[in-house]
Amino acid sequence: MVGATMSHNPGILLTLAGNFALMSLFAMGGANAAFPEMYRLAVDVMHWMTDRQFADLYAIAQVTPGPNVIVVTLIGYHVAGLAGALVATLAMCGPTCVFAFFVGQVWDRFKEARWRLIIQAALVPISLGLLGASTLVIARVAGQSWQTVALMLLTAAVTYRLRLNPLWIFAIAAVLGLAGAV
Amino acid sequence: MPADAPVRPTPTLPQLLAAFAMIAIFGFGGVLYWSRRMMVDERRWMTAEEFNEAYALCNFLPGPNIVNFAVVFGRQIGGTVGAFLALLGLLGPPFALVTFFGLLYAHYGDIAALQRMFVGVAAAAAGLTISTSLKMWQPLLRERPGIPHLIALATLAGVGVMRWPIYWVLGVLMPLSIALAWWVRR
Repeated sequence: MVGATMSHNPGILLTLAGNFALMSLFAMGGANAAFPEMYRLAVDVMHWMTDRQFADLYAIAQVTPGPNVIVVTLIGYHVAGLAGALVATLAMCGPTCVFAFFVGQVWDRFKEARWRLIIQAALVPISLGLLGASTLVIARVAGQSWQTVALMLLTAAVTYRLRLNPLWIFAIAAVLGLAGAV
Repeated sequence: MPADAPVRPTPTLPQLLAAFAMIAIFGFGGVLYWSRRMMVDERRWMTAEEFNEAYALCNFLPGPNIVNFAVVFGRQIGGTVGAFLALLGLLGPPFALVTFFGLLYAHYGDIAALQRMFVGVAAAAAGLTISTSLKMWQPLLRERPGIPHLIALATLAGVGVMRWPIYWVLGVLMPLSIALAWWVRR
């Protein structure tokens, strides 16, 4: 058994809820932006999982259709079963959804507002920095041998040039892994 | 008023739920692409400009972009119920699917053959992330080096290299970035 074995006490659900709700508010540019913080929480601080398990969960989330945010569901499930999955997902989406609901009502009014343009301009480099940080974290946990690094760089180069359905790439990578080539 | 405005259809609530469920289910490697195709190209529920405007808002807000988009669009169509249904459609199917995968992983994740597959898929997933990030960085890299580059690099280094908590890093860099953006445009 790997995961979903920890006791489902309310304390762990509160930890999940509090941490994911807080980090969602700092996820500038999307759920991806919070990966480094998720890693820090799950691996470094709480020791809920190993590097390898974090990379596995990321891989599962990537091969599952749907928004990137579902990696949070998997982390929650790993930590506290179905209740954990539900709590983590709601915590990650809830606060910002409420925010989006109300801001959506008044947004048109501020279309040309100077403060909006300033904040928007200020957010671009922050969200790109977070995206770069997420990429570093994911690359480090997924690439721990020269073979995996080679596969990673090859995938990056191919998908940068060509528009391919990622499912094909994942299928080829799974076969390579199964064959022991990476 | 645009000429196509009178014939632009408004989705019913069940259509809204079904549309976001489809976006979620087909949304491999970029839900954004599928949502634009569904909303603008196929159903014509939004014009390209309206979509861009809603997308700008969702980038402006913290949290999962496409989840925010479901709330914003769902609210426009059907208020609270609409927002809720759009969310349910977007998150429901992936939640069920990924929880099922989580269950399988918890029970069979230790099998050596599966672990080797995961090693491969994780490396490919990371590779895909690298290329997506590079594409998103391109507009910034094409600009003349300046303050935004420093802010982006500082964020990257603080969170990605030093692995400091995101709260500290953004707590310092967000106000700084806003102040500098204001100063440039003053």
